[in-house]
Amino acid sequence: MQLTAKILKKPITSALISVVFGFLVAAVVLSAAGYNPWQAFGALFSGMFAKPKYFSNVIIKATPIILTGLSVAFAFKTSLFNIGAEGQYIFAAMVVTLLGMKLNMPAVLQIPVLVLAGIAAGGIWGGIVGILKAKYGIHEVITSIMLNWIALYLSNYVVNLQAFHQPNSTGTYPINTSGYVMLLPTWKYSDSGKAFLKRIPWLKEVMLKTDVNFGILVAVLMAVLMWFVLYRTTKGFEMRAVGLNRDAAEFVGINVNRSLLESMVISGALSGLAAAMSVMGMAPHNISTLAAFENNGFNGLSVAFIAGGSPVGCIFAGLLFGGFLYGGKNVQSEIGAPSEIIDIMIGTIVFFVALSTVISKIADRLAKGDASHA
Amino acid sequence: MLETITLLISITFMYSAPLIFGALGGVTSERSGVVNIGIEGMMNIGAFVGTAVCFYSGNPWLGFLMAGLAGGLLALLHAVASVTFKADQTISGIALNLIGPGFSLFLCRMFFDGATMSKPIANKLPKIFGNIKTGSTAVKNLNLDITAVLAAALAVILWFVLYKTKWGLRVRAVGEHPAAADSLGISVTKIRYTCVLLSGIFAGFGGGCMTLDIIPQYTPTAISGQGFIALAAVIFGKWTPYGAYGACLLFGFAQALTVVLGGGKFAIPSEILAMLPYILTIIVLILFVGRAVAPKEDGIPYEKGTR
Amino acid sequence: MEISDAYAVQMRGITKTFGSFRALDHVDLDVKKGTIHALLGENGAGKSTLMNILYGFYKADGGDIYLNGRKVRIKDPNTAIKHGIGMVHQHFMLVENFTVMQNVILGSEVTNRLGVIDNKKAREKVMGIVEQYGFSVDPDAKIEDISVGMQQRVEILKALYRGVDILILDEPTAVLTPQEIEDLIGIMHNLVKNGKTIILITHKLKEIRQSSDVCTIIRRGKLIDTVNPQKVDEETLAEKMVGHSVKLIVDKTPAQPGETVFEIDNLSVKDRRGLEAVNGLSLKVHKGEILGIAGVDGNGQEELVEAVMCLAKAENGTIKINGNEIQNTTPANAVKNKISTIPEDRQRRGLVMNFSCEQNMILEKYNQPPFSKKGILRNGEVRKYTSELIADYDIRPSGCEAMPARGLSGGNQQKLIIAREISNDPDLLIAVQPTRGLDVGAIEYVHKMLVRERDKGKAILLISLELDEVMSLSDTIAVIYGGKIAGTFKQGQADEKTIGLLMAGGEQNAVNS
Repeated sequence: MQLTAKILKKPITSALISVVFGFLVAAVVLSAAGYNPWQAFGALFSGMFAKPKYFSNVIIKATPIILTGLSVAFAFKTSLFNIGAEGQYIFAAMVVTLLGMKLNMPAVLQIPVLVLAGIAAGGIWGGIVGILKAKYGIHEVITSIMLNWIALYLSNYVVNLQAFHQPNSTGTYPINTSGYVMLLPTWKYSDSGKAFLKRIPWLKEVMLKTDVNFGILVAVLMAVLMWFVLYRTTKGFEMRAVGLNRDAAEFVGINVNRSLLESMVISGALSGLAAAMSVMGMAPHNISTLAAFENNGFNGLSVAFIAGGSPVGCIFAGLLFGGFLYGGKNVQSEIGAPSEIIDIMIGTIVFFVALSTVISKIADRLAKGDASHA
Repeated sequence: MLETITLLISITFMYSAPLIFGALGGVTSERSGVVNIGIEGMMNIGAFVGTAVCFYSGNPWLGFLMAGLAGGLLALLHAVASVTFKADQTISGIALNLIGPGFSLFLCRMFFDGATMSKPIANKLPKIFGNIKTGSTAVKNLNLDITAVLAAALAVILWFVLYKTKWGLRVRAVGEHPAAADSLGISVTKIRYTCVLLSGIFAGFGGGCMTLDIIPQYTPTAISGQGFIALAAVIFGKWTPYGAYGACLLFGFAQALTVVLGGGKFAIPSEILAMLPYILTIIVLILFVGRAVAPKEDGIPYEKGTR
Repeated sequence: MEISDAYAVQMRGITKTFGSFRALDHVDLDVKKGTIHALLGENGAGKSTLMNILYGFYKADGGDIYLNGRKVRIKDPNTAIKHGIGMVHQHFMLVENFTVMQNVILGSEVTNRLGVIDNKKAREKVMGIVEQYGFSVDPDAKIEDISVGMQQRVEILKALYRGVDILILDEPTAVLTPQEIEDLIGIMHNLVKNGKTIILITHKLKEIRQSSDVCTIIRRGKLIDTVNPQKVDEETLAEKMVGHSVKLIVDKTPAQPGETVFEIDNLSVKDRRGLEAVNGLSLKVHKGEILGIAGVDGNGQEELVEAVMCLAKAENGTIKINGNEIQNTTPANAVKNKISTIPEDRQRRGLVMNFSCEQNMILEKYNQPPFSKKGILRNGEVRKYTSELIADYDIRPSGCEAMPARGLSGGNQQKLIIAREISNDPDLLIAVQPTRGLDVGAIEYVHKMLVRERDKGKAILLISLELDEVMSLSDTIAVIYGGKIAGTFKQGQADEKTIGLLMAGGEQNAVNS
């Protein structure tokens, strides 16, 4: 019993249980609609792993949501609910695209400048939420939701301005090539490059058919860095203290408002970084008019929830969800079941993550029940 | 000139109807102490079910009713999570915003040959004076949609129940001090369940307003932010039915301006107008700093023994 | 004792367990009709739990309840109310932004067929009760605007409105002035004259002797004894309550105060609602002195501490430590100037419950060497420091460095905070309600610690709502009333009656009549 209780208390258990329930519910819905769940799940997994280029695309798709997941998870640890990751992403994407279009420096300058611009833009958009919370006490969930929409419409407005709009399209001009961060973009198309790749078929497929870029390395690095900041530095100690008990933190002299603001800025910066990596690393390297949210930020929410707020967990959760989102398209093409079943599945997983506070309570009761027999 | 004004009025009432239903749902839920961020998802499923039922049955009122039912079913999940499981209400709401549209599109593909749009319905919800063929355009514009009347009626009923009846008193007590209500024998669970279910039903009606009246079908972008504007209206209106109603009219007016002025001489870019509700809400929040307006125990699960 | 209808309430063999904690162990209780029956016990003894079972808030795991000689099953408060049992809880169950009237009728509203509330009929009924029992209550006032004493009367009114015959009062005097306590005892006698039965839950020995006919003592979930409090002295009651002989006075040598270390001059602070809570307050604390502030809750103590900690704005006046003015700076500055505080609410202000003990131990020092270097924590040093303090202050269980603070008992949590604050080596140590919710052993320990620090030459400011604690621990006693110091005495200079009068706003001269 004690062992069971201990296992139940580990955050990864609730994550796994939630995923299992997600699959269960999806299976029920598919069956009810007349599809074979096993076939569907088979299509899903083959859509993720069957070809090297699929796997590469999974990683590429996972990159932004690992970063936005980190963004949400970091804020979470300081008791802030950053639902605004979506807006921070959109705003930063806009800033990076505009700058990338207008500046044309050599790559060694262009890339860092654009990355910093993305981080700064995201940090600013997140900082607005932080200031409103610190100065006026307004709940960050509300202001984040408002700012998400403001960012969306602002971005659309900018996209349609003559200075930036690409004729005969719904988007802007792309950023200049010196800002690209794919892996060896010019080399891989050159004669010597193609000759080299011909000898390694899987590498050829991955390099030529997908936008392999540095984003994933950045994402993993950031996850480790965030873990270090949160658990090994005094800054992180301060932020976690504020997150766990604001009143006590205030009482011992911690500047709570400054801490909350710093947290929102860092959180926003992470989402901004995600946007920068996407614009710089993936075709078409521009932004378009958005009719609805693309969910880079909202998927980050799901990633953070299922990772239990753990920075390193975001890497795995991000890969998992990236796989679902990408491989899910295969479900429709292979067996004709609507690919929205993936959205239902992800929604269900998040729902069960919400319920999972019950699991630790059950674990407590099991542990106590044991102690009374001792 | 008269034509433009009456057109503005007509579109304002038309566009604000779904918002009002959503917002009143938000008020109902939050007054009992349960935060409901999932209004968008509930409106979405209501929008689809409403128009689909109308398409296959030919009866828009049946569609409207079913829309409410669909929203209510989704809200049941939220109620179970928030009240029985005492889960985090924000996460639950976000989950529903994923599940709702997911189901809508899934079912849409099932029932409409794999398309993500439903087929247009022949019979929309009527206007209040029926089909008027005579009269000037200005007068014809004042023939408002029936949804406007329904929405206003609901606002009045909700106000009355909340402030004049015993159930309203109990709901408000549960939102402010559930332990006090519990100690007097009032079932906090029953009241919160009821209010969350009602909020889903109202939100479902709101979705129905969209696809049974404003546009004649369901599309992936039929519900695109209305649920969040409704949330903003709840806050803007300080968690009161009449405040939320007024806020929704204001926001509906902003949307109407987009339509009426959009291409024309005043040329305020539609995107700037679209931002208006959200910017206004933030300004209002800043102005009302320090005033405790939300129900005191909003968003906090009630556990016996925590006094 | 046999079951009979001479008794309003009889409980037999009541048992209740929470998890692995046995709160009540086969407890019997007999309450005669038309009496005031006191339930005496320490914090956590089980008296509130027993009454919550009678009121239907909790369900007993075993045992029976008889009312007027008949067995009943009470499954929820509604049932209890129907049987004529009402309860006034220690923490009021009032909706703050409702009026008195709305709070009284909630759940038992008078309505017409459509459910619409009939305000006129409700008002008639309520005012009728008010007149019958001679209360003074304003039915249209909002709860958040009325005094604590009146709020309590509203709670009693709630019970009477529902026609209760048996009224349970849970620690009713904790928040009242001595004057209001006398008023309450008057109301209780009045109710009994009208045929009601009252069960009084309390740990205040004095009030039991002033008010009750019978007293049942409960200790650690078990029934100890039932006595006539008029025939038994306080020491005996205390001994039964605690299980061993209790020293009601603190052991200490006379004070040897030195120079003034801490000085407040004409301080004014507003409360959360913008009203003047501290109103021209001045005081001085010397080296090697314990200055105790006596007063009823709500006379500015909270705002005073917050202003000293720089968590609230000082509208007027100065706060000086070692000659430096620190008002309206920052909490960090207060800490830097060698002020350490043992806060009133250890779970809210004192500890981060989900942090480990060692993390809590360095909560104020994490930025200083040797606990961190260039922004990075040095966990080895933190562990070493914590282990030493755990040993010094006997915090149990030993080896709890990595355990979350919420796993410690209340007494040990308090020890952790004390260890932390004292090892800051402060010049001024503020202790606010330092023994709240602690058992007698822990209380003795805390008092010993405070005296020890005083003997080391520290200045100690004690703020407590327990008059006995202030009177026995302090070298100098100051009484706070209405945000001002109403009087200052050396220990032994004034008796409880004088101080009690000042606490209630009386004049010093009126005492000797």
